[in-house]
Amino acid sequence: MICLLFISCGGNKKSADTVNENGILVYTKYCLACHQTNGSGVPGMYPPLTKTEWVEGDKTRLINIMIKGFEGEIEVNGQVYKTAMPSHHYLSDEQIADVLTYIRSSFGNTANAVTVQEVGISRNHLQAEK
Amino acid sequence: MTGNYFPRLSTVLFAGIIICTACTRTNKPAGLIPDKNNGGIRLPDGFSALVVADDLGHGRHIAVRENGDIYLALQDLKNGCGIAALRDTTGDGKADIVACFGELPGTGIQIHKDYLYFAHDTCIIRYKLKSNELLPDLSPETIISGFKREYQHAAKTIAFDTLGNLYVNVGAPSNACQQDDRTPGSPGMDPCPILENYGGIWRFKDDVQGQTQENNGSRFATGLRNCVAIDWNHHTQNLFVVQHGRDQLNQFFPELYDDNDNANLPAEVFFMLEEGDDCGWPYCYYDNLTSRKVLMPEYGGNGDSIGRCAGKKDPIMAFPAHIAPNDLLFYSGNQFPDRYRNGAFIAFHGSWNRSPEEQEGFYVIFVPFDSRLPSGGWEIFADGFAGISPVISPGDAVHRPTGLAKGPDGSLYIADSVSGTVWRVFYN
Repeated sequence: MICLLFISCGGNKKSADTVNENGILVYTKYCLACHQTNGSGVPGMYPPLTKTEWVEGDKTRLINIMIKGFEGEIEVNGQVYKTAMPSHHYLSDEQIADVLTYIRSSFGNTANAVTVQEVGISRNHLQAEK
Repeated sequence: MTGNYFPRLSTVLFAGIIICTACTRTNKPAGLIPDKNNGGIRLPDGFSALVVADDLGHGRHIAVRENGDIYLALQDLKNGCGIAALRDTTGDGKADIVACFGELPGTGIQIHKDYLYFAHDTCIIRYKLKSNELLPDLSPETIISGFKREYQHAAKTIAFDTLGNLYVNVGAPSNACQQDDRTPGSPGMDPCPILENYGGIWRFKDDVQGQTQENNGSRFATGLRNCVAIDWNHHTQNLFVVQHGRDQLNQFFPELYDDNDNANLPAEVFFMLEEGDDCGWPYCYYDNLTSRKVLMPEYGGNGDSIGRCAGKKDPIMAFPAHIAPNDLLFYSGNQFPDRYRNGAFIAFHGSWNRSPEEQEGFYVIFVPFDSRLPSGGWEIFADGFAGISPVISPGDAVHRPTGLAKGPDGSLYIADSVSGTVWRVFYN
């Protein structure tokens, strides 16, 4: 059984621990200042990453926000946030996948992982739209 | 809009106004009873406080009329309103009428020449105050319109001189005027084109409707990233501002600044402005550790070099980094002891960009003034708003001071952005 799990989850994929470690590194360097160490955000400015469909829901929407940034008012958990988020297009597909996997499974969140392939597909779609 | 009143108090509104027409507003501090623990804040010996009202929304700036009525600007609409209006009809300092009006949220709010001026992010409007009525004429006049909708440093704040001028803070929608804002490796634009329409104080006429920044605004001072805290000092006849300094030095320049450096750099700075001043943003920041202006790393700075910053305006005082000066009030009242007269109170909203270190600065400070300049160092005047210590994330703070006003009896009013609490501080 252990062996089967290893085969089904392993292969050439990174371990969950590695993804998590990379995710923490990316989060600390690019996200923490605004979204805070505990993902709580800053009232009125930067929305929380906790218990919200924006993070735990549609992965494509979340990936697109990372790549394109976000400008406009956003309502999260009943509160309005007004400060723009810059584009993080310069991060690799792997960095985006790792950090989104990290935030979707941290701060009390329990959503599934974002894969490198999913980020790549979204990035291709965004480039095709240009 | 005909005015929306908070439901719990709607029934007493008009009765209260009628009653109050007959009352005299001679609230002497001696008649006020402080709240237990001064409503949760700490004050110097001899001062007390009570909570005038709470749960008003996300408060911003605050204004108090000569009859004691209080107007609080709201960052977001609450019950469909952008302004909360408060009246105490019993003389105990507590608001027993709470009403609201205005279809736009905003930050700046001032009473001037029998009008209530209100600053939305894209326009400045004014409401004609009615004789001893809490609610003004609800059809506002537009004084300035057309500020572009922005999603960073968009709040407009205002001050008036005695010559018929209105000064507006137009914050820069940018951190450091990078080609791509807040993006690692993106260079600072040189010259910074943002300064043409942002990052400074613009002067307008105080009583002319239909003005725009392009057609009627005159740039009074530039190189100011965002000065939510602005006040005209009527004692010295000068405009003063306190600037929100740049963010994220460690994030974008880790080879020059570590987390501790970023938590302490750059200073939030206090300027006495004269027409034509250039205060340095985005080319320069103020290093409070070495007390000098240095070149921003986006413009080739290494944390030490000065370069073009030598010619920029010097601040009159520097404060800890990132603690967000959100309001400035020169105290012209007679109630507080003499040393407070003509000095400056500054409300700091508290930091977010000290992470991963603990956040700081959720307090109101006082700066004593001797004529035009500070006569001594700054001191914390009111503290304890955050309600917890340490504050790891600003969202943990129970209250955050963001607005200041003086009442007709010289009491100091402090507004909160978290839950819209208003404190009245008085001297025993």
